[in-house]
Amino acid sequence: MWLYEKKLQYPVRIKKPNPQMAMYILSQFGGPDGELAASLRYLSQRHHMPIPEAKAMLNDIGTEELAHFEMIGAMVHQLMKNASLEQIKAAGAGTWYTDHDRATWPGTGTGVPFTASYIMSKGDPIADLYEDLAAEQKARATYEHLIDLADDPDVIDPLRWLREREVVHFQRFGEILMKLQEHRDRKHVF
Amino acid sequence: MTGLRESLLNQIRAVEFATLELNLFLNSHPDNQHALRDYNNHVRQLMALKNEYERNFGPLINFGFGYSRCPWQWINDPWPWEYDSGRGY
Repeated sequence: MWLYEKKLQYPVRIKKPNPQMAMYILSQFGGPDGELAASLRYLSQRHHMPIPEAKAMLNDIGTEELAHFEMIGAMVHQLMKNASLEQIKAAGAGTWYTDHDRATWPGTGTGVPFTASYIMSKGDPIADLYEDLAAEQKARATYEHLIDLADDPDVIDPLRWLREREVVHFQRFGEILMKLQEHRDRKHVF
Repeated sequence: MTGLRESLLNQIRAVEFATLELNLFLNSHPDNQHALRDYNNHVRQLMALKNEYERNFGPLINFGFGYSRCPWQWINDPWPWEYDSGRGY
């Protein structure tokens, strides 16, 4: 089972509302390379991993992604919470306000809902690890795009931290891929 | 009180970040004795910090993983996603 620890993995303290930045960051909440997709991808794939190292890594990184999902949710919430209607309209977030007020919802800022078709669980451990390596690179690139779009240090700081986690996860998944290849090439004689 | 709470949370975050990183590293390097020693040392620090936090502010993890005084402290604000610069948390 999972337990909830009542703290963010890394602090999010945004003082200035910014509905436009909230709309951009929503992609990492419920978008194609977002944290929810990452978590569900790894927590689905862990079941068919043939070696203990791979089971543990997908389980634990899938769990850490939920902590990142929580951080992104906190960022969107804090960017929207005290935004005025004038700010929301000027940011082009009026269509979001129509459906969600200032709420956080797993979809992109353009209203595309989260879908499981963003992820795959193929049942082939090596094919799945290649997907995971690509996913970490795509998430890293997304964070770089978000950092390019941001100008508030309160927003940039957690984004930079999250970007670094993608780099570490890529490294760990690379080590697991090598172990899976060794496992595949080993002779299985009974 | 808010100052102590934030300071303890930051210390917990720092040590738990080390244990999490070492945990992921050990998943792919289970025979690395240096990393394992480092992990176990950080676990000891983390437990001490969590105990201190829970004595002052109630459970950090619910479902039986921390004690509560009366009234039930788990529901106390602020929740992790909440930040209000005016209120200082």
